[in-house]
Amino acid sequence: MTGWWVVLAALTTALAFGWFRRSRDGVARALGGESVIRPEVLPGPLGSTATFVQFSSEFCAPCRSTARELERVIDTQPGVAHLELDAAAHPELLRQFGISRTPTVLLIDGAGVLRERFNGPSKPGTFGQSLAQLRTQTSNATPGR
Amino acid sequence: MNSPLDPRGVRFSAALSATTLALALLLDRPLAVVLLTFQGLVFAIGTALGPGWQPYGWLFRTLIRPRLDAPSQLEDARPARFAQGVGLAFTLLALLGAWVNPVVFWFATGLALAATLLNAVFGFCLGCEMYLLGVRWFGVRSNKAQS
Repeated sequence: MTGWWVVLAALTTALAFGWFRRSRDGVARALGGESVIRPEVLPGPLGSTATFVQFSSEFCAPCRSTARELERVIDTQPGVAHLELDAAAHPELLRQFGISRTPTVLLIDGAGVLRERFNGPSKPGTFGQSLAQLRTQTSNATPGR
Repeated sequence: MNSPLDPRGVRFSAALSATTLALALLLDRPLAVVLLTFQGLVFAIGTALGPGWQPYGWLFRTLIRPRLDAPSQLEDARPARFAQGVGLAFTLLALLGAWVNPVVFWFATGLALAATLLNAVFGFCLGCEMYLLGVRWFGVRSNKAQS
């Protein structure tokens, strides 16, 4: 009898957890605009308009498809960079930003300020939307603030 | 050993693992231990040689894959292989529990079942996420990891 209960518990936990994750994965979440990432920890130069910093790891099935999606986006957008980090090599960044999953993508604006964050596998179109939003925000802002 | 995998095969294998683990929970003692031992063997081969070489992966390659269209994209084998290792650890714990303490048996088998279900239904790799949590909490990292 116990076996049936364990199966039922495993089934409901897995389905509830899976649905919860699926509903939140890859969704853009705004960051306060307060935190800044030190450019010297990054493997390359920041884009003049925006940079997607992707945390990946050796054991991560969806990291590749997220990277491909980002490469597609930056191919069509000037001034936007995609930098990929091995999460395991940067435990201090994982702690600083509370990153516990790969892929996690941070969107940084041209001034190096963190704007948005995407946890988990990407959903098609979200990166492009966030970029468009960022561009309108920057063009609306008063220059030389 | 690390040749890319068909993601549908990974999920197919996970579904068969989930079925085996569920049966191990539902059937009586001698059969349950036989099933768990078999599942442990599957995970061990998957860890040592790669997920495509264990019985479920072999079944997919020889019986199912030829009947399907070519996959739209392939998947890195390392995450799946790592997850098989995590599955092996839990299956060994469950086997130990079957001899020592039934609570350990229920708990370890139930967790392994939930993890394989997540993989089969959502394509979500729980073992892979535990790797990053391990890095964060203990600062350990695979010495092969390089970006």
